[in-house]
Amino acid sequence: MDNLCGKFVSLKISKSRWRPISSSALQQPEVFATGSWDNEENKISVWCFGDFAASGMEEVYEVEPQLLCEMKHNGDVLDLQFLDVERMVTASSTGSVTVYRHHQNNQTLSISQRWERAHYHSCDSAPCTGIVCNSPEIVTVGEDGRINFFRVDHKEVIRTLDNADSSTLHAVTFLRTTEILTVNSNGQLKIWDSRQQGNEPSQIFSVTGDRVPLYCVDKHPNQQHIVATGGQDGMLCIWDVRNRKMPVSLLNAHEAEMWEVHFHPSNPDHLFTCSEDGTLWHWDASVSTAEIPTFLHQGGRNTTLLSRTTFGQISVNQSVSSAWLTMDTSKGRLEITNLLPSYTMSVNSLDVLEQCLVCGTDGEAIYVTKKMPV
Amino acid sequence: MDDIDDEPLETTVPGVDSKNRHMGFCFCLGELLVFETSFKRRDAVRGVKGSPLLHFVHKDDEIYSPVLRKLFNESRSIFVALQNSSEEGTVKTKRPQCVQVSRQYRSVLRAAMEDMNQLAVSTRDPNLKNRYGSQVSVLSAMELIWNLCEVLFIESATAGSLLHHLLDWVRLHVCEVDTKASAVLNSESPTEHQDYWHVVTGYVLQGRMDDARQMLAMFARESIPGSGTRNLCKTLDSLMKKMPIFVPGSNQTLTEFELKWQHWREECDRYLQDGTFASNPKLEMICKILLGDEDSLLEQKEILTTWYHFMISRLLYSHPTVKPTELLCYAQSSLDIFLGRESAAESLDNILMAAFELDVHQVIKDCSIALSNWWFVAHLTDLLYHCKPLQSHNLNFGTNMREFLLLEYASGLFSHHSLWQLAVDYFDYCHEFGKVYLERHIERVPLDTEHKALKVLRICEKRQMTMQVQSICKIMAMKAVRNKRLGSALSWSIRAKDAAFATLISDRFLQGYCISGSFSDLDLIDNLGPAMLLSDRLTFLGKYREFHRMYGEKKFSDAARLLLQLMTAKIAPQSFWMTLLTDALPLLEQKKVIFSAGQTYELMRCLEDLTLGNPEQRNEHHNIEQEDDVETTKVEMLRLALARNLAKAIVQEGTLDGS
Repeated sequence: MDNLCGKFVSLKISKSRWRPISSSALQQPEVFATGSWDNEENKISVWCFGDFAASGMEEVYEVEPQLLCEMKHNGDVLDLQFLDVERMVTASSTGSVTVYRHHQNNQTLSISQRWERAHYHSCDSAPCTGIVCNSPEIVTVGEDGRINFFRVDHKEVIRTLDNADSSTLHAVTFLRTTEILTVNSNGQLKIWDSRQQGNEPSQIFSVTGDRVPLYCVDKHPNQQHIVATGGQDGMLCIWDVRNRKMPVSLLNAHEAEMWEVHFHPSNPDHLFTCSEDGTLWHWDASVSTAEIPTFLHQGGRNTTLLSRTTFGQISVNQSVSSAWLTMDTSKGRLEITNLLPSYTMSVNSLDVLEQCLVCGTDGEAIYVTKKMPV
Repeated sequence: MDDIDDEPLETTVPGVDSKNRHMGFCFCLGELLVFETSFKRRDAVRGVKGSPLLHFVHKDDEIYSPVLRKLFNESRSIFVALQNSSEEGTVKTKRPQCVQVSRQYRSVLRAAMEDMNQLAVSTRDPNLKNRYGSQVSVLSAMELIWNLCEVLFIESATAGSLLHHLLDWVRLHVCEVDTKASAVLNSESPTEHQDYWHVVTGYVLQGRMDDARQMLAMFARESIPGSGTRNLCKTLDSLMKKMPIFVPGSNQTLTEFELKWQHWREECDRYLQDGTFASNPKLEMICKILLGDEDSLLEQKEILTTWYHFMISRLLYSHPTVKPTELLCYAQSSLDIFLGRESAAESLDNILMAAFELDVHQVIKDCSIALSNWWFVAHLTDLLYHCKPLQSHNLNFGTNMREFLLLEYASGLFSHHSLWQLAVDYFDYCHEFGKVYLERHIERVPLDTEHKALKVLRICEKRQMTMQVQSICKIMAMKAVRNKRLGSALSWSIRAKDAAFATLISDRFLQGYCISGSFSDLDLIDNLGPAMLLSDRLTFLGKYREFHRMYGEKKFSDAARLLLQLMTAKIAPQSFWMTLLTDALPLLEQKKVIFSAGQTYELMRCLEDLTLGNPEQRNEHHNIEQEDDVETTKVEMLRLALARNLAKAIVQEGTLDGS
């Protein structure tokens, strides 16, 4: 892509995340954080990408991301999530979970909370592999198959599910406020209800006959029964967790491990995946929906034009999201583009917010753009 | 063995008392482990205690510089693109492509240089500042050599355009004149500035006639109108304007150009002989330079700064149609004249000289000795190899030079804790030894997390390195076993298709069942699928668990059939038969007949096989009376249950048949 800005940072990037923007402001995201892995000394860093409102259009886009502040991180950063505008949570290969505070007035980072050995084996610590936040709640999963529930203001863990999974849990996300989704290296997608006692999942989904490990999961922002996962074979699976135990569609995608999958948060007919094969794909399903001239669709569009309320947005997406569920037959209508130059090394992480996209690679580069066509 | 080109350097390891004790060492990839042994030297001072420290000595320190990491990462993609592009295309289309790639490499090198320079400027610590400064000079020397090689070996410029390229080369690397020019122009009265003539002469020496004329025009403007000086300026200006320049690719032939140039030169000479410029020594000097007068050129030593600038300026005004083969003789004499007897040639001079000699191998050899890392020679050799096959200069290593240098470079990267991933691509393009090197190196990558293991595994699987795949999976499986994560361990051994290990873990699961009476990791075992067929024991584990599920779901006859199958088809290990038979007990005791008469016979045979098969064994191993008692009661209970069931079955089958 033309307006993609690359920067070499001398650290292999394992995670990259945009800082959330307040819903009221009409601004574009500007600040993102990255975490590194496999270095002797790993770091989490906060970056600022350009002054969007500045004059002189041409100059603005040539500005590369500027480092605001950084801090040493113990172990590889295996996951990184923003808790709110000021705080972020990291998962470490040492098994600890740390909350960092970003002081924006003097651009420094400090540790505001740390849970050491949140994940552990009987004689050793175990890497924490995934985090999901819904302030003040933090849920973590790890190679030890444990699920931990934390509250940011509590020093002690709220609840632990020991041996929740017999294999490694690779990622976690909230389905609803009380339900979480996990994926493991046995190719299973599990739903856990935090209201239930015991350490049994409420539902297990899997691709039968296949034990392809799953590495990432994301749910549709508006229609929570639609879930996307990706795994070792690089396939994209779309699930409907309401009824079917099998994926609704399996789409041939990357040549190697898919490390992350993200629905666009406000425009969910766009989906993004990145992979070990060095590609970052933009899946555009809006093409297929545009061809269905329904009354509802028209109405939805009018609503957005008139009021631009969130309600209007949803009604547009309602007609759109079905695109993900009916896609297996209409794959030809899905537009897919690789956003990165060829011969890029493994793309470990991506994040997308509004029109902004950031990703980090093993080639020690971060790529950022503020002009995603979504 | 070849003669040694250079004396080996001595490195002192701080903290090792080599005067009093013998040192011990151990080689590792790109590293050396040095320590003091307990052996004292004969001439040692008595009573010196040995130091208990181990010292790591890195081969190339530069790999650890964050700036150079950018260089390594960025050049990797250029390298890979070059390897992939070169397969198609003819020699003619290839040349511009290679020049393009060469420029990419140079721009990356320049970026690194600028970053390093930035770092040197911003650092306060004098030691660090020095180090960065010296690295800047190393990088700029690298770029200088690369650029010259680009002109001579990749562009392979011919007479006429050769000088054109060489001028560009000098302009790019000797750029003090530009900094001085901006200082002069920014001053209040530029012509009064102390560096004014320096700048004018500098421009002339680099053949930048337009710049020089503009500068000179300033001087002319400030001199009194109609005066001699102004006229002199005008004359010199027109001379400079008239100077013929060979434009590569134009219709002009070389002979035409030479004729024109000769004519122009005569005109300059005429003015000088006339004594036109005699009144103004500065202008006269410029005129002399235009004539290529060696003594006048030498007077500008301060502006020229280097012998190669001297050489190019000399060529520009005395032999602009120089051929590549003639370069060496000019270079040699320029070096001798310029340096005089004051100083000896340094390694950079030798490298440039080798380049002017058009001796690629000497250039690469000298660079390998002079530079402390392999990045430069490896990439340059590779590029030259791609642009026109180097007459493969066989080394004693039995591989060509390109591959040898790439292997060295990649091995260096592999010794780095983080850059090892880059090296993989380089090994891929070394056809002879690349794979072997990769196999040896990849085994040494420490696997701290599953994430890393997955990445290493992907590298191996993509290249069908089965041995390494198995060893990585085994390491991970062993780790999981040690951490009591049997489920994980099983997944790893399934991925490696390691039947023996899968059997071992299945046994652990069964042991666990025998002790606790329930299975752990059900989510995995229930979901084995075709992976179950990996080993007999795993099949048994999966099937046995299926039996429990059927039993739980009260599908008794299905469960019974499966249970019997497990024994008759010899899926279950005999040591486990007793447990299976005990599992049959509640089924036998059900009111409804579940095992048919035939099935009951088979069960009985299994029991007999078991009891007959190992009475001696039991006597040896189970000496404890009590345990034996339990065993015999169990067998008796089973016999009773089987007999009762048989009776019921016969009766029922008889009735059913009769009705």
